[in-house]
Amino acid sequence: MRVETVVEFEQVSKRYGLRYALRDVSVRLPSGRIIGLIGANGSGKSTTLKLMAGLIRPTAGRVRVCGAQVTRRVSQRVSYLSDQDALYPFFTAEDLIRFFNRVFSDFDAGRAHAMLEFMRLRPDDRVGELSKGNLGRLKMVLALSRNAPLILMDEPLSGLDPLVRQSILRGLVSFVDLDRQTLLLSTHEVAEVEPLLDTAVLMAEGRVVDVRDIDDLRGREGLTLIDWMANRLGQPVGGPEGIADGR
Amino acid sequence: MAGTFASAQPIYLQLVDRICHGIVRGEWRPGDKLPSVRDMAVQAGVNPNTVQRVYMELERMGIVETRRGQGTFVTEDGPRLEALREARVRDRIESFVRDMTEMGIAPEDILDGVRRALDRKGSDAMEEA
Repeated sequence: MRVETVVEFEQVSKRYGLRYALRDVSVRLPSGRIIGLIGANGSGKSTTLKLMAGLIRPTAGRVRVCGAQVTRRVSQRVSYLSDQDALYPFFTAEDLIRFFNRVFSDFDAGRAHAMLEFMRLRPDDRVGELSKGNLGRLKMVLALSRNAPLILMDEPLSGLDPLVRQSILRGLVSFVDLDRQTLLLSTHEVAEVEPLLDTAVLMAEGRVVDVRDIDDLRGREGLTLIDWMANRLGQPVGGPEGIADGR
Repeated sequence: MAGTFASAQPIYLQLVDRICHGIVRGEWRPGDKLPSVRDMAVQAGVNPNTVQRVYMELERMGIVETRRGQGTFVTEDGPRLEALREARVRDRIESFVRDMTEMGIAPEDILDGVRRALDRKGSDAMEEA
């Protein structure tokens, strides 16, 4: 596993009016991994992903992706799956593949068609007529068909039934290329996603509480991801430096 | 192969254990090719990096060999596989004996209980046949 940094936050804050969505976050994330962003609603997960995708700008601090400061143009290097439904309802799956292929130079139409088949979707399926589960699958196809070094997924499993969640996770393992890509996803399905993660980032109240490798948590402390969350969130949130020894 | 990883042991070690179990049971024979890293990851529902680590660990244990560009194969080293089998049997028996001893069961009662369980199993098998 390489240990290059793909994302770096340096004292990043994001404020909306008087409310801080993110507070003085400094963190580095290693490349070539699947990383889970976990924490309660409103803990800052979506804001963190949007900052990496260049969709919003930090109020203070610096965000770097692949060594370069993030601007709107980072979208050429970052594939972002939104938690919102932002696809035109009258587009077919094939229309979307053609559209993405025009917009993103790293889009792999061959892979998109292979994934479509894997997910049992048809090219002439219309977005507006898809079930919630199939829409979730289609968004996954589009996000993973790009050869972008960084793939971000905001709540890709939210509101989907267990069988759809499983098929989406299987699709993810089948098609992500960790020799060239890093995948960051936010989720509440912690137990379900844990076997797929290399690393977890725990957030609370706009701060990064801790970043840990899953095997390290289990091997050294005998904790599953849920045990660890319960342990860490049971303590006052004060940034990683405020916490001496997690046990 | 897919299953949960409920125990808090590292996931890669649980997968190492499952594969060893499969080899001892003869699901994979000496010289058989194991699934590619990606296929094993999909089957087991884990991250490809984890499978990479599993194959490295199995290789370190001398149970599989990775041949460049061809994949990962179960070793044809008979004595090594026999040692794996023996170690697993010994582990399971020792942990069983430890449990029984902790419950305060005397050695002769343990033996007697095992004998009776085996007899029952034998007569069940006869009835089925």
